Amino acid sequence: MKLKHAASCFRGILARESLRFLNQRARFFAALVRPLVWLFIFAAGFRSVLGVSIIPPYQTYVLYEEYITPGLLGMIMLFNGMQSSLSMVYDREMGSMRLLLVSPLPRWFLLLSKLLSGVGVALLQVYVFLLIAWFWEVRPPVAGYFFVIPALIISGLMLGALGLMLSSFVTQLENFAGVMNFVIFPMFFASSALYPLWRVRDSSEALYWIANLNPFTHAVEFVRFALYSEFNWQAGLITLLCTLFFLAVAIWGYDPLRGFLPRKGGPAASN
Amino acid sequence: MSARNINFSFGAKTVLDNVQIEVPNGKFVALLGQNGAGKTTLFSIITGLYAAHGGEISIGGYDLRKDIQAALGSIGVVFQRPTLDRDLTVKQNLRYFCNLHGISRSDAYKRIETALESYGLAELHKRKVTQLSGGQQRRVELARATLHNPRFLLLDEPTVGLDHSNRLEFVSNVKALCKTLNVGVLWATHLMDEVEDADYVYILHHGKILFEGKSDDLLETHGKNSIAELYSHLTGKTTDVQHPS
Repeated sequence: MKLKHAASCFRGILARESLRFLNQRARFFAALVRPLVWLFIFAAGFRSVLGVSIIPPYQTYVLYEEYITPGLLGMIMLFNGMQSSLSMVYDREMGSMRLLLVSPLPRWFLLLSKLLSGVGVALLQVYVFLLIAWFWEVRPPVAGYFFVIPALIISGLMLGALGLMLSSFVTQLENFAGVMNFVIFPMFFASSALYPLWRVRDSSEALYWIANLNPFTHAVEFVRFALYSEFNWQAGLITLLCTLFFLAVAIWGYDPLRGFLPRKGGPAASN
Repeated sequence: MSARNINFSFGAKTVLDNVQIEVPNGKFVALLGQNGAGKTTLFSIITGLYAAHGGEISIGGYDLRKDIQAALGSIGVVFQRPTLDRDLTVKQNLRYFCNLHGISRSDAYKRIETALESYGLAELHKRKVTQLSGGQQRRVELARATLHNPRFLLLDEPTVGLDHSNRLEFVSNVKALCKTLNVGVLWATHLMDEVEDADYVYILHHGKILFEGKSDDLLETHGKNSIAELYSHLTGKTTDVQHPS
């Protein structure tokens, strides 16, 4: 693989994703409205009910809005990752995925480029959200806005790779939409995005352990610490390992020799 | 380009059985078969989307298994279903393709301008794909498939959904490419009138190459006047294969 060719390919995929995103403004607002509703309405409503004590990385008591902000960043990455994978299933059905897969570059690189482009678009949404949240008096340290970038990229890659992995199992768009319902909501609610795990443990030991096994919990904690310029090694490592695992299975799933698609009739089943 | 002893099955169902085809440079080779014959599966194997369960494919001297990237770089593909990005304009689609093939920005600019002119798309370049007719979209796909100067063109039922005049125009565009650029063309279809004057014809039936040869030789050997007659004679199928007026 020539570096120049690879760079050109990545630039093309990123430009395509960005153009599609800009052309679908409704998607941008929908992606932004979702976490804002949680911040403005849910967090405000539950502020007095769900008190949060001093837990790392916070140095003092924080308002509930501040607590759930990293979870909402995770939500943006989660929905974007799944949407990006949904678009791959759509592309596969519509055919444009084939164009990508017959390009003269390694398949792992093409899939990774697609994932990274999706993460790039999600980052844009995250920073617009953080800007609005700033006016809502959710103001992490300035350095946190920079420290959080790698955490967001790795978390976004993990969630995108998970979606990609799922998309390689299913052959039809409708099926994938169903799968998403079984993934997005359980992942989001059974995590530390909305409430700290010690609170979860108070009410349900089982849910506490489920949340601990949920990769999204670790992605959110990774982002939460990074937003306050701290590095949570455990969360970071688990997120990274999950990213590599999901990515490996996804690439395997899209491998014409070994993957799921050719066995099921795949993207070119019709003669 | 050659495919030798290609076998493929979905589970227990054999889709391709010992298929062999060859596409020389500058020749228009037709792969004729009804729906379900295995044409699209064969295309998917040649383009690396599926891996054959047996056999060898060589494209421009590159073994598809060992050197897939060089092999894929040598072919231009027009799939049965449109693969244009509907959210992008004509020019953006072409630019995206150039990026995927590592064509430098300045070179891509020149090639895109030339292609737009050659295929009568110059005035449409700012239009979104959704604003184009079926025939125009197919022309864009053909223009795109040639941007990286491939040695071979693979077209899988490229005229499906086009009206008669658009079909004829598209076929003549591809045949012209064959002659002027010395590009080898593999044209899969179930429409008889598109293959009447092909340089070479393969008849694929239930995953097997039932017959092959130069069109004239085939007709002479079997004493038939047209490919449609020959096809009916060989397969016993008359109604499944369209022969539009």
